[in-house]
Order: sequence, then C-alpha cells, then structure tokens
Amino acid sequence: MTAAMTKPLLDVRDLAVAFDTDGGAVHAVNGVSYTLHEGETLGIVGESGSGKSVHVLAMLGLIPRPPGRVTGGQVLFAGRDLLTLKERELRKVRGGAIGFVFQDPMSSLNPGMTVAAQLIEPLRIHLGLDGRAARARATELLDLVRIPNAASRLDQYPHEFSGGQRQRVMIAIGLSCRPKLLIADEATTALDVTVQAEIVALVQELKRELGMAIIWITHDLGVVAGISDTVQVMYAGRILERGPVDDIFADPRNAYTLGLLRSLPDLSGSRTGRRRLHQIEGAPPDMRHLPPGDPFAPRNAFATPRCRTEMPPLVQATGAAPGHLVAAWYDLPRLLAPEAGR
Amino acid sequence: MSGQPPPLLAVRDLSKHYPLRTWWGGKGSVFRAVEGVSFDIRPGETLGLVGESGSGKSTIGRAVTMLNPPTSGTIAFEGTDLAKLDAAAMRRMRARMQTVFQDPYAALNPRMSAGDYVAEAFKLHRRAMRGSERREAVAGLFERVGLDPRFMGRYPHQFSGGQRQRICIARAIALKPSFIVADEPIAALDVSIQAQVVNLLQDLQDEMGLSYLFISHDLRMVRYLCHRVAVLWRGRIVELAEADALYADPRHPYTRRLLAAVPVPHPAEERARLAARDIADHDQPPDGPLTEVAPGHWAAMPQGPHA
Repeated sequence: MTAAMTKPLLDVRDLAVAFDTDGGAVHAVNGVSYTLHEGETLGIVGESGSGKSVHVLAMLGLIPRPPGRVTGGQVLFAGRDLLTLKERELRKVRGGAIGFVFQDPMSSLNPGMTVAAQLIEPLRIHLGLDGRAARARATELLDLVRIPNAASRLDQYPHEFSGGQRQRVMIAIGLSCRPKLLIADEATTALDVTVQAEIVALVQELKRELGMAIIWITHDLGVVAGISDTVQVMYAGRILERGPVDDIFADPRNAYTLGLLRSLPDLSGSRTGRRRLHQIEGAPPDMRHLPPGDPFAPRNAFATPRCRTEMPPLVQATGAAPGHLVAAWYDLPRLLAPEAGR
Repeated sequence: MSGQPPPLLAVRDLSKHYPLRTWWGGKGSVFRAVEGVSFDIRPGETLGLVGESGSGKSTIGRAVTMLNPPTSGTIAFEGTDLAKLDAAAMRRMRARMQTVFQDPYAALNPRMSAGDYVAEAFKLHRRAMRGSERREAVAGLFERVGLDPRFMGRYPHQFSGGQRQRICIARAIALKPSFIVADEPIAALDVSIQAQVVNLLQDLQDEMGLSYLFISHDLRMVRYLCHRVAVLWRGRIVELAEADALYADPRHPYTRRLLAAVPVPHPAEERARLAARDIADHDQPPDGPLTEVAPGHWAAMPQGPHA
C-alpha cells in the first residue's frame, strides 16, 4: 500500500503529555507528530517510557487527569480535534470509529458480565441496536473472530474462554462498530506464541475484509515486520525514526533503531561460531530529568556534541526512501561505512 | 555415551501432581502438571526449557531445586539424590543451586538495600565471615555483574529493571554455585536490556563453568543461548535435542507448530511466512514414548500401525 494514494485519517500534531508526581513532572510525550492514512497499518516500536502507549491513551482521553495532563498539541481524527471534544462526544468516537484492544484481556473484560452483554453494550451506544438485532450482530462478531459455535457461547462469562479466545472477544468488541481505526496496544504480548500467530493472522484477514487502519503498538520487531506498512520508533516520548517498514529494517538511520535491530540474536551458522549479542549500553532516561538534546545521546556511541545539547528535528533521511524520517544530527550510513568495508 | 562427563543434574521420571478438589471439598482427580520427565544437564551446559503457559516449565524449575519438591521421580545433583537429604543438608546444597526469577522487583526486599540483599547469602551460608570481608565480597560481586559498588546502599526502587536483575544475579552467584535455574530471567526486561543480561549470563558461565536450566518462551533467544533444548507440552517432554538440530529439523508436530509461530524480524520473510501459514494443524499431537530419532535427538513419536 502506498500512503500517498489514500486520505489522511488521523493527524497527530505536536502532542505533549505530562504526569505530575511528587518527584516533579514526568514528561511522557514530548512533541509527537505524524499522519496515519486510511487503511494504513502503523507499527509503533518502543520500550517502557517511550510514550508509545501513553500517547494513544491521551488521544482517546483515557489518561487519568490528574495526575496526567495533555500539555499541548492537536489530534485531528476525521477532521475533528479529539483533544477538544467533550467527554460525551469522545465516548461516541471511542469504541465507535476508533476501536481498541489492550494487552490483558482478563482485566479489560468484566468478569461479572456475559460476553453477549459486553459485545452488545457498544452496539447499543454507538449504533443504537437493541434486542434481537444486537444479539444477531454480536453472534456475527464472534463468528468474525473465528470463535466456534458463536451463538451458543454468547451467554458464557469471560472465565469460560481460553486466553486466546478472550483476546479474540476483545478484538470483536474493538471491531464491533466497524471502526475506521483499530488501536492494539501490546495486544498479543501476554499470549503464547502459537496464539499470537493466530491473532496476528486474524487481524490481517479482518483488515483485508474491513479495510480499517491499524496502530499496532508492540516491542516485538518480528510482529512489526510482518504486519506494518509504516514503522515508527519511539524513545523518551519522541519519535526518533519512522518510515516504510522495509526501509526501516534494511536502512536504519537512527542509532537506537540500529541498536534494537542488532540486539536481536543472530541465528546464522552453528552455535559456537555466533557472535556475542550486541547490547545497547545504559538504561532508558529518567523521564523527570530528561537530558537536554537527543534523549538517546547518553547511550549512543555515535553521538556528536550537538546531540547532547539540541534535539534534532524529524526530517526526511537523505538518500532513504520517501517518507523515511529520522531525528539525528549524525549520518549513520557514513559512520557505518568503515564497518561494512571491513 | 563415552567421552561425556557425568551429568551435573540427572532428573529421572519426574512428576508433579496436584489434587483437584471437588466443589464440596471432597477428593477429586489429580492435575498432572508434570508427568514422567527425564533429562540431564552437563557441567557448563545450558539446557533450554520451552513450552507455552501451563506446559509445566516453571514447575520443573522449582522441582529440581526442591523449592517445590516433586510428587515422584529422582533428582540427582552432583551425584547426590536430593530426596535423601535432611533439611540442614538440603540448605547446604542450596548454596550450589540457585534460581533467578522473572520479576526481580518481586524477588527483592523493598526495605533491604541492594548490598544487604546480596550479603544475606553470606550471612545465611558463611556465618564465620567477618563484616569487612563480607562488604568486600559484595563489592566484588557488584563489579562482577556490572553494577557500581557505590550503589550498594541503594534500595530496589532506585534501580532500573535491568539493574535489579543484576542484583538478583549477584546474589545467585555469591556462593559460587555450579547450577542456576533461570526462570524467564529476561521476560520482564526491555528489549535493549535483554541482551545485556543474556551476555552477563554467558560471561558468568564461561568464567565459573556454570550450568543453566534456561526457562523461556523466547524461542529465538533460546536457540541463541542454549546448547540443548527440551520442548514441553502439557507436562511432558515431546522433544529434546541439540539446539541447532531441534530448530533445523523439528520432528514432533508440536515443536513444528511452536517454531512455525515465531515471527521473523525481517519484513519480506515475515510477510511470506504470514501468507504461507498453515493454521490447520490443531489436532492433539501424537504422544508416544521418547525415541532417539537421530544421535542425541529425542522425540515423542506416535506408536502403532499408523506411525
């Protein structure tokens, strides 16, 4: 899919989020801007504290206020700024045009309500469906996420479903109102690898059937490689790099992206001949006291003096695929050239 | 097998059953968490234990160190049958076999400084050690695991997740064990920190000749780190082989399904893998006795006329 051919669906502009704590403000999101197009799958990669989850929660009005607060920016979805909507209006968007699936299906589902009741609730709120029509749609949804004997399972409780099936139910709820955007935050992280494979395949199929855009947030570079059109790498509340998935993996321009890709175990050859794992030194920064400049600079062997004082802007990477943006004062390919020549 | 040193740990026919109570409190059936598991771990070897949730991985890890003794079977460690040891002898033996858990924050005592936590190992097992000697030993361990000894007085919440796991590893190696059960030691850590901890475990193995039982659901890291790998399915080992042989030529249908599910961090390959995925095979895998299908490669293969 080429993003240029479709319309923008979500436009995040300079979003900033902070949390007030006893130890001072935690600057969780620090000026995040990007555009998501209709039908595009965006994979967001980052570690704890990267802002990858917080920024979508802030977008949906789901961060607790206080201590959280949106300190700046706009989130334009289908032309409206979500950040200025009243809670009542926002609720119509959440679970309606924007569906979401979070990590832990057991804590996201209400254990005291049947699956039918939880599936029907958004249908009632967003689509005004009631009674038989709602039940029929709920059955359809369980069918859609490939739960066998859907009709007979509607009146069961979450504990009667396996972990993978509960996540399927969550996806069914996320998709119930035919969203234009599905946000999945570590949706397969708690699942076994075979179940993860089923869920990923399911989401891919549903995307083909329904055509929605997806934001898939994860730390798993393997999952991101397979499902994304665009990959976005976040660190310390900023986007350090983003671009077409193939180009990001083949030609990373930010040292953090390179570090993540290189830290994956090399499985070529026999065990004895393998190199030691490449490790990123140090630890993620304290979000109360962010270093001035590029937040990754203290851990970056390629950092220049300028990296330590001034945050680089996110701009088109020279010589990379169009839309491949990087925030870096250094030129990674040039720095890596001696390595490649060896 | 000639030329092989005697195993450090020999596990034979290990089972762990839990009684299931009926709703009125009477005796019900038993849940077989682990059933008839046998394996060896050689000196200096890392054996990987993989399988999905509920497969019995952690139960085995806790059974072989007698943290949660098995229902039946024998565990011989350095030639000693652990079931025959009394409490005092088992305590002494524990100095030789240690465990590193998934969540270092839960393992640490929030009210105890990192230095005191590591020193506790000496207080429990080396009572004759003087305070100054102990301090010096702890400082040495901090350096050994890549922590600044100046941080000995800090408390767990003042460290990052990776540093906390290093504190736990420092304590685990304090008494110079020969064997460590590493139960999902990197699962709770950020990707950029996982490599640091895996490299540390490998360095310690090289220096101290440690053996590991590495329990993990990260199948790529297991292949990278482990000499041999055992695949568990519902409490049983269905395949056991050299890591490279297992990944290159998996014989048991469950092993195949498990390995086929691992995403590849390469866009073109991963897209092709997703497109070609065979989602049909959900039948119960065959469950025969372990058979040597190639030298050193064991798999549970079906018995009977259709095999």
